[in-house]
Amino acid sequence: MKEQYDIIVVGAGPAGSTTARFAAAGGASVLMLEKDRDVGYPVRCGEAVSHEGVVQFIQPDPKWIAATVTRFRLVAPNGKSVVPRLDGAGYVLERRLFDYEIAKLAAYEGAEVVTKAYVYDLLKDDNGKTVGVKALIKDKPAEIRSTIVIGADGVESRVGKWAGIDTTCHIHDMESCAQMTIAGIEMEQDCLEFYFGDATSPSGYLWVFPKGKGTANVGIGINVEEAKKKSAIRYLQEFIDRKFPHAAVLTHIAGGVPCAKTCDTLVKNNVMLVGDAGHQVNPVSGGGIISGMIGGMIAGQIAAEALTMNDLSYLTEYEKRWQKRLGWRHEVFYNIKEAISGFSDETLNNIADSALKLPEEKRTLGGIFRSALWNQPSMLMEVAKVFIS
Amino acid sequence: MQRKTPLMIHIVPGKCDYCGCCVGVCPEDAIELMESRISIIDERCTNCCKCVWACPWEVIQFHREGVEQLATIQPMYLNEQEQ
Repeated sequence: MKEQYDIIVVGAGPAGSTTARFAAAGGASVLMLEKDRDVGYPVRCGEAVSHEGVVQFIQPDPKWIAATVTRFRLVAPNGKSVVPRLDGAGYVLERRLFDYEIAKLAAYEGAEVVTKAYVYDLLKDDNGKTVGVKALIKDKPAEIRSTIVIGADGVESRVGKWAGIDTTCHIHDMESCAQMTIAGIEMEQDCLEFYFGDATSPSGYLWVFPKGKGTANVGIGINVEEAKKKSAIRYLQEFIDRKFPHAAVLTHIAGGVPCAKTCDTLVKNNVMLVGDAGHQVNPVSGGGIISGMIGGMIAGQIAAEALTMNDLSYLTEYEKRWQKRLGWRHEVFYNIKEAISGFSDETLNNIADSALKLPEEKRTLGGIFRSALWNQPSMLMEVAKVFIS
Repeated sequence: MQRKTPLMIHIVPGKCDYCGCCVGVCPEDAIELMESRISIIDERCTNCCKCVWACPWEVIQFHREGVEQLATIQPMYLNEQEQ
């Protein structure tokens, strides 16, 4: 490890590693710091991604794919389920191996990676300008200098706050999550299952994702306003007791997902934010792997270009490109999330009923969505915005 | 915001999964999370309870009588101030 780098990336999840990869490929000297002793562990994720999302960054490899899925099942509160036709495939990942591979891609481009490296503050000069980080490297205090600091420090991000960016997620938008990986169960290996309704997962959803023969990730995300009344782990335990009473529990994790619009500010005082740290999450699905990697790619490229041009004011170009690529869509998705999360059990049941009446070839996500619109006309405005913008 | 009451937020030692959900909703940057160590920064915490509600595992608790008598861990932030 050197004393000075062009860029320090804080956090080695998929967003951080992708940032480091593209920044290093653009010619920058990059140090990536991970607070945990391992890259990729502990996993805090349902682990589902689309094929088209992942191939933008890496060729799918059976080594880190636990299951390939071609269908998904939406289960209404009354138990009726709809299996929409799906274009393209998806994967349930082994994140602990996937994250490793993504970090390796950064290393191939020349980025340095240090684990058990906890960043606890920004290093600032007398004028308050960010000039690096203060960290505990393997428990020893260190000050490491860099021209740019990129916060990829996840839902628990503090890097942005230290730079004066408000990254606090409102409790209405934070999904409080719990997940168990269970084994010894019967489960279709090609189908993602989503359960909706006030009894199982108010304001959010509960997922059952296949993870290889007889194994699944069973998890739940509910917003904190609901979790205040009854916590995520209680809903999850009830579901597992009811549905998989004899399952073996292999892992048992907690998590948080910022299902919000992207932070208004992603660049300030030579600090940039990527991934969950900047709320680059699809607010409807809570998926953040691919969107965080897209944010990381853009941030890495812009940071390297800004250094080449010797013009740090160019970093704000990252905010513009993110907004153009995904930020605007997440704003629309956010409004759709707001409409959907207000659906009563009765409305959800009606949607499932009308979807089941559709001929099978029309039972697409779009078809179901149209039927949802009949139940909630206010959503029409939000959908209209998708086409107008 | 200066708090006039004692600290009332307590993280049950050894039960936390260190997931960071609480840190994400904390408006005061008053929680420090390391690999397997978490602590409340007393001088910043306003007892707003958002972390209590957010915790998926019910590991963060609110004690109206204050938490001084309960075991807590010194945050890195304070160690730094003392140096």
